[in-house]
Order: sequence, then C-alpha cells, then structure tokens
Amino acid sequence: MRYWIAALCLGFGGLTLAEPPALHSGQEARYQALIEELRCLVCQNQNIAESNAPLAEDLRLQVAEMINAGRSDAEIKDYLVARYGDFVLYRPPFKPNTWLLWGGPFLLLVLGLVTAFRIFSGRRSETPDESVDQAALHKLLQGQSDQRNKS
Amino acid sequence: MKARFLIPVGIVAALLVVLAVGLTLNPREVPSPLIGKAAPPFALPRLYQPDQLVTDASLKGRVTLFNVWASWCVACREEHAQIERLAKEFGMYIIGLNYKDETQDALGWLSHFGNPYSAVAVDADGRVGIDWGVYGVPETFVIDSAGVIRYKHIGPVKAADIENRILPLVRELEGGQG
Repeated sequence: MRYWIAALCLGFGGLTLAEPPALHSGQEARYQALIEELRCLVCQNQNIAESNAPLAEDLRLQVAEMINAGRSDAEIKDYLVARYGDFVLYRPPFKPNTWLLWGGPFLLLVLGLVTAFRIFSGRRSETPDESVDQAALHKLLQGQSDQRNKS
Repeated sequence: MKARFLIPVGIVAALLVVLAVGLTLNPREVPSPLIGKAAPPFALPRLYQPDQLVTDASLKGRVTLFNVWASWCVACREEHAQIERLAKEFGMYIIGLNYKDETQDALGWLSHFGNPYSAVAVDADGRVGIDWGVYGVPETFVIDSAGVIRYKHIGPVKAADIENRILPLVRELEGGQG
C-alpha cells in the first residue's frame, strides 16, 4: 500500500499538456482564486496551485481553458465536483452530510458556553437555604465555637 | 452524583470510538461521485490500431471492467497478474485505458507482461482520465451492461479484492440481466 502511494507521488512522470491559454488580468485573478480553492487529489493536503503533481498541472490547465472559454466559476467547480466529488473543494458546500462539519464548531461553542454558565451560576447561588432556621443555626454554631474556645 | 461522574468518561469513550473508526479508513480512497452514473463518453484511438477508435459504446451490452493503467506506473505492474486472472480465469471483458503513456512503452509493457484487454484506449493527454475522475493509477471500474458505473477500485487490485468485491458484484450484475 505504502509504496504505491510513493509511486504515485514520484511516478507520475514526464508528460505535460499544451501550454495554458493566455488570460487577461481579470481572468488571471479568477484563475488564481479558483486553483487555490481546489484540492489536488494526488497530494491531498495541497491545492492545485501549490501541487507539482502532474494531475494538478492538468487540472490547472483545464481550469485555465474553461475560464478562457467563458465558463463561470460555478460551472468550473461543478465540472470538477461531478468528477472528483465535493472533496476537491477546500470549501465544501453546506448540505445534509456536511452540517456537522460546518455546524460542529458552533455546536461546541454553545455547549461550552452552556457548561460554563452552569458552573458559574452554580457558584453564585450560595445564598442561605430558606428551609433552615437561620437564627437557630447561628446560635448552634455560636455555642459550638464558644465551647471550643473554653476547652 | 454518580451519573455526573460518568459524563466525561462517556465523552472520552465516544471520542475513542470515533478516532478508532477514523484509523481504519483510507483517506486516499475518495468516494467517486460517478458511481451509479453513466460511464463518461469518450472516443480514443486504439493502442494496436491507432487509426481506429474505441468509444464508450464498447462498455455497453455486457458487464465490463475498465482498467486505467500506464507503463510508468509501478503499482500497475503489481496488479497486472490479477487483471490477467480476471480475463483468463474468469472470462471478464476488460477495456484498458492507457493513461498518459508513450505508445511504444505501452506496447512493450503489454508484450512483456501479457495483454488481458479486449481493447486499449490511448488517453495520451489524460483528459478522458479527468472525465473519469482518475487521480491515482491504477484504477478499476465495474460497469454494468447498461453502461452504468457500479464500483470503483482505487489502487492495485489484489486477489482478495477480486474474491470479496469484484467477482460477487460482477456475478450479481450478470445475474440481474438474465
């Protein structure tokens, strides 16, 4: 298993596609933004802007060509998602199976706040219990400490 | 009071279960969105008759394996005996996609290691590979007789993969059609 991964990263050899089409400055900015948001599937912790894997090269070319052909960002993303799944997007869409992914941090924040609130409000509620006769209790404690002082 | 003490223990236990399951998953195996969809169309030159085309039409009419390989791919060498077994022992109909390869290297590779393919399509620039969502050669797709992708195997096919996943699925698909 391990050596075919190594082979993947090393072995994707040699072949490169045609030169990317020339993009004007507005297109160039879109191109940069897009390739920084798309994941390279060969070396998964890199986007296709950073990765030197030949697949990333091919995908950069594909993106450049689609921009040149007048496709919108959404169309280009849809094109890649249809082939590689939501995993190619570094910002996955908000849908039922990503609710936990997007909502998880907020859920944890709320849980933490609730827990903190309960701990701190519990501490503050050290007010005298009304079911206890405070005067009698006071007298009792006073008596005990008097006795202790005498002995 | 006792129940309260169990809460952090429960949280840790749940976390351990989640992490243990995570350890058994292979992050390189990205589920393909193509499963259950029609095989992406293509029309590519044949490796042995470059003036003729192989198209997605050749994937229809019977259960087919679509194996993506290249002569530069070390893991393809590793799996090749299993692909041969699928063709010779189990009579599978296999279409090869020769991915980003040099024709001479590919021909030499097949004459050396054997040719289990009914047809080999030459995807020199890797564009059909992109359409098929290929990101790590070798990859093997199981396609039903209607031309719909039913399963994708990433990485070299091993004997256990044939017995446990590929053959049962192929038999089920073949049973379904008649």
